[in-house]
Amino acid sequence: MRGYHDMGGLPAGPVEATEHDYAPWEKRVDALMMLLSARGLLKVDELRRNVEALGPEAYDRMSYYERWIASVTATLIQRGVLASDEIGRRMVEVEAQHEAEQAS
Amino acid sequence: MSQDAVPARFAPGDRVVVREAHPPGHLRTPFYARGASGVIERLCGAFANPEELAFNRPGLPAQPLYRVRFRQAELWPDYAGPARDTIEIEIYQHWLEAAP
Repeated sequence: MRGYHDMGGLPAGPVEATEHDYAPWEKRVDALMMLLSARGLLKVDELRRNVEALGPEAYDRMSYYERWIASVTATLIQRGVLASDEIGRRMVEVEAQHEAEQAS
Repeated sequence: MSQDAVPARFAPGDRVVVREAHPPGHLRTPFYARGASGVIERLCGAFANPEELAFNRPGLPAQPLYRVRFRQAELWPDYAGPARDTIEIEIYQHWLEAAP
């Protein structure tokens, strides 16, 4: 009935009205969303739908921009812009590269 | 705003009821407002339907979008603030019916 994300009016903690800096990767996710939107490869409504589709566990665990990049990824797969296999292989490469950099 | 728009059925001051509906999909009408009675505060314009845009469809004809005013006490049975307190929610026409 009620979508997990549709939490208006449910008991919640206090709102923390503090400013915080964004990590570089978070800014990249924001820029990626803007560029994809400008190119007509993603609608903000699709972004929201795919955030809602993450499921309660992921929705709670992920930070704001983690939800965004997961949703952008899902949208690009749905649109046929990227293939799952392509993304999966690239993720392994990037992880290996990151680990090599940490080790050196 | 689009030329290809559904005609507006309501005018400021009209009493409306939010449809008590729970379809699957991407919905912009808050759960807590469904079934509530309010008053049209203004017509915001007509916009492509986000329920369709969410699936990469055109969302046309555009749906009129209204700002609807509700009494807080209508939405929250245990509301403790003054009875005059209101909340305004933007709701698309296809979610609204004329109040009986």
